[in-house]
Amino acid sequence: MSAVLGRRVGLTGNDAVALAWRQIDPDVVAAYPITPSTQIVERFSQYVADGEVQTQFLAVESEHSAISACVGASAAGARVMTATSSQGLALMHEILYVASGLRLPIIMVVGNRALSSPINIHGDHSDTMGSRDAGWIQLYCRDVQDAYDRTILAVRIAERARLPVMVCLDGFTLTHSLEPIEAYPDEEVQEFVGEGPADGYALLGGGEPISVGPLALPDSYMEFRRALAAAMERAREVIAVETEAFNTRFGRALPAFVEKFEMDDAEEAFLLMGSYADMVRDAVARWRRARRVGMVRLVTFRPFPAEEVARALGRIRHVHVLERADTLSTLGGPLGIEIRAALYDRVVRPAVTDVVFGLGGRELTDGEIDGLLRAPGAGDRLRYLGVRQEGGCR
Amino acid sequence: MSLNLRDLSQRSQGLAPGHRACAGCGFPTLIRMLLATSARPLVVVNATGCLEVVSTIYPYSAWPVPWMHNAFENAAATASGVQAAAVALQRRGRLDRLPKVVAIGGDGGTYDIGLQSLSGALERGTDFLYVCYNNEGYMNTGIQRSSATPQGARTTTTPVGARQLGKPQPRKDMTEIVAAHGAPYVAQASISHWGDLGKKLQKALATAGPTFLNVLTPCQPGWDYPPEQLVQIAKMAVETRYWPLYEVDRGVWRITYIPRERTPLKAFLEMQGRFRHLLDDEKVLAELQSWVDAHWERLEARARA
Repeated sequence: MSAVLGRRVGLTGNDAVALAWRQIDPDVVAAYPITPSTQIVERFSQYVADGEVQTQFLAVESEHSAISACVGASAAGARVMTATSSQGLALMHEILYVASGLRLPIIMVVGNRALSSPINIHGDHSDTMGSRDAGWIQLYCRDVQDAYDRTILAVRIAERARLPVMVCLDGFTLTHSLEPIEAYPDEEVQEFVGEGPADGYALLGGGEPISVGPLALPDSYMEFRRALAAAMERAREVIAVETEAFNTRFGRALPAFVEKFEMDDAEEAFLLMGSYADMVRDAVARWRRARRVGMVRLVTFRPFPAEEVARALGRIRHVHVLERADTLSTLGGPLGIEIRAALYDRVVRPAVTDVVFGLGGRELTDGEIDGLLRAPGAGDRLRYLGVRQEGGCR
Repeated sequence: MSLNLRDLSQRSQGLAPGHRACAGCGFPTLIRMLLATSARPLVVVNATGCLEVVSTIYPYSAWPVPWMHNAFENAAATASGVQAAAVALQRRGRLDRLPKVVAIGGDGGTYDIGLQSLSGALERGTDFLYVCYNNEGYMNTGIQRSSATPQGARTTTTPVGARQLGKPQPRKDMTEIVAAHGAPYVAQASISHWGDLGKKLQKALATAGPTFLNVLTPCQPGWDYPPEQLVQIAKMAVETRYWPLYEVDRGVWRITYIPRERTPLKAFLEMQGRFRHLLDDEKVLAELQSWVDAHWERLEARARA
């Protein structure tokens, strides 16, 4: 693999993440395989077996133990990574809160996938949306290059923000599809990520012994949670600065919060996260002669970039929020609800139609995107796209 | 290191005074013994439970060694992570001395909700000591039954009523389950037999790979006894053969204390409130006695083999 670095190489999303891990050479990886992120850990196991990394690799008996071991290792001062998907992330749910509450810079790559039931192994955002309030930074990738880049970038963001980070890539669409990417030389990646987290309050940091994770009664618990919220507020600055540093170092132009396409004079827009951005961008390009339509891709979902979203959508009349999850609250999907929240205080704000699509790997078609522009449904709060039997199966 | 009670009592590296364990609680004795017998620096990973709750109420901590708590069911997995990190950091020259990682959980966090995590760590061969402080119930949350609760004991989820006399099932044998994993050192101990406990702790701490100690630590409110009788009750559990002291050292079973006389189980049961409803029921008492006898015989057979 080393021979091809520094030039274009064809990799799946999972391979690209495993390559990034090899180049980062984390201290500890603990993981339990689950489709569609499984190959990340398989590929990385081969790097371990071949002696290409110094990582202590723990093949554990469940995702709950994977994230628990990550919490232990990270508290001990190690640089720590894991990967999961879907039910695996759901099984980790309890410990996600411990990781962020202890301010541990764990990196987790998620191959986004639907949740049971019915059981379905294909892509949507239900899993990470279910973890949205766990205090983790969440970054959503557009393509394989983005997955590779943001896995490397996430290390600096996590360690400087002192918060765990989820790098989210669409299951199968990105995890399993082969794309040409530009991979960087090992030493440049290592130079960028540096030595490992500063052991400011590591369990094994030496000096006076410390107690990590004590019981906090009502006289102190709220202060801890407020401090965590403040850390998330500060993370915005960290994400901006580190993304800039990444772009400068590797000659890229990754957006930190939102990516805009044809938005300068747009009157209506699509807003989405993840791998369908290219397809929607093509649709926008097709329709540009007839309509002033644009697209906004949200990269960072946590912390929520309300200011950037509001600025991007400030002058348009109608936004279609395309999202691959539902809250089942009857208010729509999590993205639509938060977009509305981000716009509520604005004097001028667009109409928002929340369009839930692509659950459980259902493909979005060009025809469906075109249909949204032909019949925008400006009065509709919520639409479910591509459902064959309204009312569901019985 | 010698195990002299006077020396041990004068070591400053103990659990700090002022922890909030109940009067008559068993585990402070165990923790002080653990901290006094280790030759290497320790890192303690504590499952959720009484011990964690009484020793680390923010901003105080009674721990003189690095200590962490993650959640209820994952002390062994967390310890695996700490241990892996220590090895990784030492390899990269960022840690001078490899500490011994000790995971501590109650019987709930060990026998029940934490069993998967413990089993995984044992199978992986994690270099750590797992100590179960076994008070035979979920005492932290108000005395509910666990799978370590003995048959017949009254708990808040196995109450005594017209159709049920305490817990219907006998306790799970966790020590044997761990031994079946092939861990290099596994032992059962009691806080009443401090010399035996100390030796087992020393052996477990000195053995590479996963080691396990199941230590009987009575619970005053859960078992319902006068606080000053803590040690006598733990001792009676051993004398009646209700809680045999033994070890499995690299597959070799050895009973480490054989009571001189055959004291009936009733002598242990009648010291506590949780069995009060059984004391007049000869049939139940005989059943429990035969369960204890059968276990002892099986243990003897293993030790002879």
